[in-house]
Amino acid sequence: MDRFVSAFMPNMIDKFPKFFEALCDTLLMVAWAGIFSLAFGTLLGIVLVVCKKGGILESSAVFQIVDKAVNFFRSIPFIILLACLIDLTRFIMGTAIGVRDAIVPLIFGTTPFYAGQIESALSELDAGLVEAAQSMGDSPLRIIFRVYLREGASSIARVTTITLISLIGLTAMAGAVGSGGIGDFAIRYGYNRHQTDVAYFSVAAIVILVYFIQMLGSQVVKRTKH
Amino acid sequence: MIKLKNINKVFTDSDRKVYAVQDVNLAINEKDIFGIIGFSGAGKSTLVRCINLLERPTSGTIEVEGSDLTKLSSRELRIARKKIGMIFQHFNLMPSRTIFNNVAYPLQGSGLTKQQIKDRVHELLELVGISEKENAYPSQLSGGQKQRVAIARALANNPNILLCDEATSALDPQTTKSILRLLQKLNDSIGITIVIITHEMSVIKEICNRVAVMDHGKVIEEGEVFSVFSAPEKELTRNFIKTTSNLQKIEELLETNSSMVTIRPGELIVRLSYVEKNASEPLISIITKKFDITLNIIFANIEIVQSAPVGGTVAIVSGERKQIDQALAYLREKM
Repeated sequence: MDRFVSAFMPNMIDKFPKFFEALCDTLLMVAWAGIFSLAFGTLLGIVLVVCKKGGILESSAVFQIVDKAVNFFRSIPFIILLACLIDLTRFIMGTAIGVRDAIVPLIFGTTPFYAGQIESALSELDAGLVEAAQSMGDSPLRIIFRVYLREGASSIARVTTITLISLIGLTAMAGAVGSGGIGDFAIRYGYNRHQTDVAYFSVAAIVILVYFIQMLGSQVVKRTKH
Repeated sequence: MIKLKNINKVFTDSDRKVYAVQDVNLAINEKDIFGIIGFSGAGKSTLVRCINLLERPTSGTIEVEGSDLTKLSSRELRIARKKIGMIFQHFNLMPSRTIFNNVAYPLQGSGLTKQQIKDRVHELLELVGISEKENAYPSQLSGGQKQRVAIARALANNPNILLCDEATSALDPQTTKSILRLLQKLNDSIGITIVIITHEMSVIKEICNRVAVMDHGKVIEEGEVFSVFSAPEKELTRNFIKTTSNLQKIEELLETNSSMVTIRPGELIVRLSYVEKNASEPLISIITKKFDITLNIIFANIEIVQSAPVGGTVAIVSGERKQIDQALAYLREKM
């Protein structure tokens, strides 16, 4: 194994501890930013669906505000968002560099994306199901939980997979504010020092991570679909 | 039971106004099977959605069992809706839930224990004749079976009214018949009032006792099914009735000069239709004997609507002209 590594990846051999540290940073960022983004995104996505025209809690004002805000943040390239949010991050976290501090911009980058994904996933749901629930005397809150979230579960699992994969992509950019992570690792050694084997190794690690999430997502989709 | 008064529903689509329902007044009695027929776009679906306020009318009142639904708070309305079951053209079963859980859906959170829900669901599945599918998912069922499950679900809270929105339109004729028989059975056994929206006159003929014909958002004709069938007032109603009877085929035969309808000089083609519920006299026999004429029956179409025959025959009458005239006069007198 060591011979294999030294023959094909001469620069990786002494970087495994650093690599594992980077992997942990990536997982940490994905986990924390993921939890908050999924929670906020689900909430906003539901607000969009129920408030839009013909929704169960139709409200043009709320819809317009949330829709505009979501679209505003979605249209900012993440690398620029990082720079713009430095002050806010410092205010919330105390500092603006490091793993913990990348989480704030990651949440801002992912939440609007996920909200949009949830909105479109829930809009796919047969309107007849909501109508049936209404005809049975369900309250809006019950319809959200018993119809939208339950019957939309497989669509939600699908868009969650997409979002988590895109979140991994964003963590690579967060290296720009000194967050660490595999992306940062690959840029620092693979690009800046021309140690291409390090870059390839990082790519392989990310591909495996993405594949793993994809597989997990597909399993959930399969189990929730009938 | 259900009183719709001056119902109007206007949809505003950017700058265009669509008058889906216009000034509709209907009274549906207890234990009625009330049919509302019309072409698609006639406003019948909107009208039936007004009954449980899935669609709130622009103006008018909806009185169900004595209370005006348009005046209820949203909480009171939800309670009222539990007593108004509804089934749909596309069944609208929850695809991620088993048949058992679909039927249990309206019972959950209503204060019943798990065991009570279980018993009630089994009772309902038994009632609609689909007990063996309890653990299946809706996607594994045929259209007719899905509609049975939907009926069970709609009946879960013991409603007094069942609204059927094109409930048989996605089903083949045989399955349609079996679903209609089930609805009839429910009407007989639990006395539930049924409102049926359809574009098929055969559905009305099969089970309804009263019917309203809708066109362009208005009710143009309304009454007992038998009287509407035997003496339709409006052209549209006649057209709908034609779709279920072949008595009108005579017109096609005449147009194409079919050999079936070629008549010799002095002969007449007549169409005789039932107009009264209690027609029991053997009129054809009587007139052939009494006036010494012959009737050659080309074809006949007689159906039973509300336990009385509707329809009649088309025949070629031959004999002496004077006798024929007298015979026809005699028939007219009998009307």
